[in-house]
Amino acid sequence: MTQADANIAKLIDEPYKHGFVTEIESDLAPLGLNEDIIRMISAKKQEPQWLLDWRLEAFAKWQKMEEPNWAKVKYPPIDYQAIHYYAAPKAKSAPKSLDEVDPELLRTYEKLGIPLKEQEWLAGVTPRVAVDAVFDSVSVATTYKEELGKQGILFCSFSDAVKNHSDLVRRYLGLVVPPSDNYFAALNAAVFTDGSFVYVPKGVRCPMELSTYFRINAENTGQFERTLIVADDDSYVSYLEGCTAPKRDENQLHAAVVELVAHDRAEIKYATVQNWYPGDAEGRGGIYNFVTKRGLCKGEGSRISWTQVETGSAITWKYPSCVLAGDHSQGAFYSVAVTNNRQQADTGSKMIHLGKDTKSTIISKGISAGKSQNTYRGLVKMARSAKGARNKTQCDSLLIGDKCGAHTVPTIESRQPSARVEHEATTSRVSEDQLFYCRQRGLSAEESLTLIVNGFCREVLQELPMEFAVEAQKLLGVSLEGSVG
Amino acid sequence: MLIIENLKAEIEGREILKGFSLEVPAGAVHAIMGPNGAGKSTLANILAGHPAYKVTGGSVIFKGQDLLSLAPEARAALGVFLAFQYPIEIPGVGNSAFLKAALNAQRRARGENELDAFAMMKILREKAKAIGLSEDMLKRPLNVGFSGGEKKRNEILQMAVLEPSFCILDETDSGLDIDALRIVADGVNALRGPERSMLVITHYQRLLDYIKPDRVHVQMDGRIVRSGGPELALALEAEGYAGVEEKSA
Repeated sequence: MTQADANIAKLIDEPYKHGFVTEIESDLAPLGLNEDIIRMISAKKQEPQWLLDWRLEAFAKWQKMEEPNWAKVKYPPIDYQAIHYYAAPKAKSAPKSLDEVDPELLRTYEKLGIPLKEQEWLAGVTPRVAVDAVFDSVSVATTYKEELGKQGILFCSFSDAVKNHSDLVRRYLGLVVPPSDNYFAALNAAVFTDGSFVYVPKGVRCPMELSTYFRINAENTGQFERTLIVADDDSYVSYLEGCTAPKRDENQLHAAVVELVAHDRAEIKYATVQNWYPGDAEGRGGIYNFVTKRGLCKGEGSRISWTQVETGSAITWKYPSCVLAGDHSQGAFYSVAVTNNRQQADTGSKMIHLGKDTKSTIISKGISAGKSQNTYRGLVKMARSAKGARNKTQCDSLLIGDKCGAHTVPTIESRQPSARVEHEATTSRVSEDQLFYCRQRGLSAEESLTLIVNGFCREVLQELPMEFAVEAQKLLGVSLEGSVG
Repeated sequence: MLIIENLKAEIEGREILKGFSLEVPAGAVHAIMGPNGAGKSTLANILAGHPAYKVTGGSVIFKGQDLLSLAPEARAALGVFLAFQYPIEIPGVGNSAFLKAALNAQRRARGENELDAFAMMKILREKAKAIGLSEDMLKRPLNVGFSGGEKKRNEILQMAVLEPSFCILDETDSGLDIDALRIVADGVNALRGPERSMLVITHYQRLLDYIKPDRVHVQMDGRIVRSGGPELALALEAEGYAGVEEKSA
């Protein structure tokens, strides 16, 4: 390692701030996965028969499938029988207000800086954000439900939605990501516990940001959440997902499914700031983030955008995608994926163009540091029917140090001569000269690296809602602390 | 203000400075000239604290403090400024955002209050105008797509904003046409004052027509071999460095 690398190395090494464990009594399902466990989960949630049947069908499919291994990520085999598939903080009954929620839980969210109390609306000064807090397998609180309800907007936990809006859920569940889609989607369909549900009626523009904070706490559990967002004609919603988990030596599996459906001229913006425990410097522990996220631009002129800042997880394996079915629909994917120490990421997007004059944009910024491996994998598919469709993909990698890797695996398939696909890629290193330039002007080594990295990610960060853009910038700085150039 | 005594330094095992000594009092402008490989840029980088260089002997006292023991950003806060020979590009970081971050970092280090965005913009606009840089340049990412002349002028703009006590200009004239040279020189001259010292490193006498030095030193093979008044630069122009070598030998 040259002196240069050693200098930059010292910059990235901060302990994971959210690694604490909440001491709380949990309702824990026995270890293992079988039909009984699934029936138990369904019964605990008081689900209708159709949903239990759906789960069992998915489980049957899963048992016949083989775990995929084509990604550039390596991990020891997962023992699916050594996981608790349900863990909920013990409560006598579903809390009707924050007063009924276990104070330990409230303290957890306070420590994480997540607002569970509805704030006073200070005319334009404090932007309101509605929050659904999910702790292990259950949603513990959802704010602003009433106010949103006045406009016909449904924002509640998935379990709530199944109870109170069963028909709506049934119409859309599995429409975008059917259980047969892939191994982890099938697993999720069988054992999913909670997540968020959003429905925005025709012509309604959701007046505040909606967000869900996922917190994994109990040991040896997997988290399998399911989120469904439906935007009816001419509606708009912006949604943000945040995630953290405690520091543990064992890996924990997080296999979520997110489905988005946008009708005519509707717009859904979905942003994720992912900060799951990444494992320690030797690669011990950390979350396996194996997620299927897909948006269906069903209606004409509909728009869906995915923005992600992925800094955590031992392994990130996800491809937020858009199926551009409606004519003139638009899909976008903006991503910053950071890997440090021994993290691995194989992430990217799939843009499937079916409709005429559809448009998609992919901007992917990969930052690798330490001994990590960061792969961008993308698919841009232009079907025969996608006349006049356009895609622009820009995929940039930044390497910090000489022991990490950045890989790009783009695939373009086009069956439509009038469709246009553009792909640009760059690879660069943070040079010691850049850092020295900043330091000579008075910035500390850390401030310099943060500045340079934020500059690199600027195009993606500006897609985040403002409040979260500031958090994301800080998070980038923190996750790179101690990394060697 | 700056006292360099018998400084020895190397990079990647190669010794570049071999016992370099120099004193620059407050308010003075000194020029350093010399052939390629003399170690002029090395000197500049070492004073600024570039981590690639290793000091193997000697000392540097700046404002009474041991400069070599300070990190680059601490030296900046103390008042050291290096106008780079090849200014670096930093994509995605706006010129004015960078300057605001830098100035406030220095002010914080000195225990001064930080400037808000409005105060900052006002200062930037004034100084940019004086240097002949358009406001548009302030918004562009730092040095990205700037011409050679624009980059050098941007260095001087930064100097004007950060108000350092000791400015090291590392071949600021390289790559500049006559008009750009004049603008840069005007910018530098406007910053001269009794509380500020400058070290102007250059190959060519021409810059010194515009930025008149108080003393001129000739650096060869890692040391100062001759010093004199401004007329020394003219003599060099006439006789070349070889002439100096003969005289020293």
